[in-house]
Amino acid sequence: MKYLSEYRNLEATKRYLELIEKTAIKTWNIMEICGGQTHGLVKNGIINLLPENVRMIHGPGCPVCVTPLNLIDKAVELLENGVIVCSFGDMVRVPGSKKSLLEAKANGGDLRILYSPMEAVNIAKQNPDKEVVFFAVGFETTAPANALSVLHAKKEQVKNYSILVSHVLVPPAMEGILGDEFCTIDAFLGAGHVCAIMGMKEYYPLVEKYKIPIVVTGFEPLDLVQGIYMALVQLEKGEHKLENQYARVVREEGNLEALKIIASVFEVGDREWRGIGTIPDSGYVLKPQFRDYDAESKFGVSSITTPENSECIAGQILKGIKKPHECPQFGKACNPSNPLGAPMVSSEGACAAYYHFSNHLN
Amino acid sequence: MNKIDLGYDSINLGHGSGGLMTRDLLDKIIFETFSNPYLDQKHDGSIIKMDGKMAISTDSFVVSPIFFKGGNIGDLAVNGTVNDVAMCGAIPEFLSLAFIVEEGLAIDDFIKIVETIKKNADRSGVKIITGDTKVVERGKGDKIFINTTGFGKVHPKADISAKKIKPGDKIIISGPIAQHGMAIMSQRDGLEFESSIESDTTNLNFLVSKLLDSFGDKIHLFRDPTRGGLASVLSEIASDIHMGVNITESALPIDDQVAAACEMLGLDPLFVANEGIFVSIVDPEIASEMIELMQKDDKGQRAICIGEITEEHPNKVVMHSVIGGKRMVTPMIGEQLPRIC
Repeated sequence: MKYLSEYRNLEATKRYLELIEKTAIKTWNIMEICGGQTHGLVKNGIINLLPENVRMIHGPGCPVCVTPLNLIDKAVELLENGVIVCSFGDMVRVPGSKKSLLEAKANGGDLRILYSPMEAVNIAKQNPDKEVVFFAVGFETTAPANALSVLHAKKEQVKNYSILVSHVLVPPAMEGILGDEFCTIDAFLGAGHVCAIMGMKEYYPLVEKYKIPIVVTGFEPLDLVQGIYMALVQLEKGEHKLENQYARVVREEGNLEALKIIASVFEVGDREWRGIGTIPDSGYVLKPQFRDYDAESKFGVSSITTPENSECIAGQILKGIKKPHECPQFGKACNPSNPLGAPMVSSEGACAAYYHFSNHLN
Repeated sequence: MNKIDLGYDSINLGHGSGGLMTRDLLDKIIFETFSNPYLDQKHDGSIIKMDGKMAISTDSFVVSPIFFKGGNIGDLAVNGTVNDVAMCGAIPEFLSLAFIVEEGLAIDDFIKIVETIKKNADRSGVKIITGDTKVVERGKGDKIFINTTGFGKVHPKADISAKKIKPGDKIIISGPIAQHGMAIMSQRDGLEFESSIESDTTNLNFLVSKLLDSFGDKIHLFRDPTRGGLASVLSEIASDIHMGVNITESALPIDDQVAAACEMLGLDPLFVANEGIFVSIVDPEIASEMIELMQKDDKGQRAICIGEITEEHPNKVVMHSVIGGKRMVTPMIGEQLPRIC
């Protein structure tokens, strides 16, 4: 724990908060991309410790929140048709148009909550008479492990394994936000763990095109206040650079081995984002030679389309246009036991963060 | 005990039929193990004499896996109910014991669980005085479910009631949090990880009784933060008493390995189950003396004050974070789910 406790140090965090107070003259809107960062900010009470003129806007970096409704419906349909569906835990309580995976499990579906897609390949080997599908959601961070599971399944000729892919990419989402006419973002805290895989190079063009500071930032309290401070220094000086606060984890070139694995299995394609819509070239799809491992084509569930709940403003939340407590349904019709949309369910969702950690604090 | 021969390797439906096979199972395992004057009457129930105020608590145990690091379902079945009775300020004396067994459970496993129950009952000073054994078809249960009900006399000096809590009262926890839940999590299918984390399951009745001897009605509440963890218990207390609860993150006792496992799996230790600790809310004047006394007992060595009751933010639990911020602590909603990344 030593490596973590240093980044949860009261004195060091205080020093940066003082620096932030001194540095921020004008009013600035800084968006943290990743839901993990949103939770770090709210859970540690950092938002309330920042000066009023430094406003944190919560970004779309919650993979569960941006997974489209129809994909959850597809996973539910697979469960109801006797397929063993394996998923990360976050995903199982997110409401589909009729039910969540957890409800489908209660009705007899064989749902397994796993930490690693490799485990799903093992389940497929142990159950040769059943089909096994891993619900492969996530940003670039989870792509290498999902890709690896497909490579293993192919190598070991596990034919009853496939993945339901919903991989999304951070840079196109940032570009989508910056291109929105309501965008008020002055700087970004880049998603540390995504950059640990992908490296920094994708972000230079964004910095140049939109003249916006991006500071790749970690998740602990000290990381967050340091990242905010670095962004403010640039903003007050009128600069726009790509900086790396999270250098203890993120290398300029990324994780080359992981990138190689991703490139061997996935290619970039259009993806639908829940609450935002389809963004061109914003996700991963399986390469043609791996189509046998694509659950959507394997089971012919690709035609389900379902409308979102009209009362949920997840799209505006995910683009940072509105804050969770500005939603009329927040804490009322929409709460973690009865969520209208994914941001209220996921451990990384902005609405859940506000509900759990700061709902009635003020 | 292991020499018991029922003529079968595993429990089958016949053992729950009420016929000779049931009698054989009860005689050779249950009555043999738990023999006492109440049970030996082999009647439909037991007649006990108890004067004055009594506390009764019942609990069902469905843990999976049934054997885990630091114990098995039998430990929980005794300690869980014994502790619930103790949390009422009572001294547990009797337990009922009911099994629902799924056919196919190995007799050896059943015997191990029964022996564990016996060991814990002896250690807690309670007698098993009535019980039941049912067997269900394969697939209709999950190896074994146990229900126990505990009976105890309320300690003469105890006056446990949330109504007595007032602003300024101190919140004391008896030991490190999140151990049981993480021990179970480390052995769940699909989530296994290498660790030496053991369940903290234990009986707390003697420590509770000792505290009541010394501090009597200055102790306003006992609660054991089992399912839902510390966060759920504190949230319930705050909303019951319509006052605020303040806790300090840096004071929360947690073992490094447990904290690391929670970190790795993305779980909040405040929501993780405990089986061998309790929270007490006490008059501030006795807090430090009570902590000292607790620390001398091996079940309270790491007792510490984690916060206090306040008039501010009624119905809410607020945690002061290690970096000087504040956050709300809300009760757990459903089962805590591991994070995606």
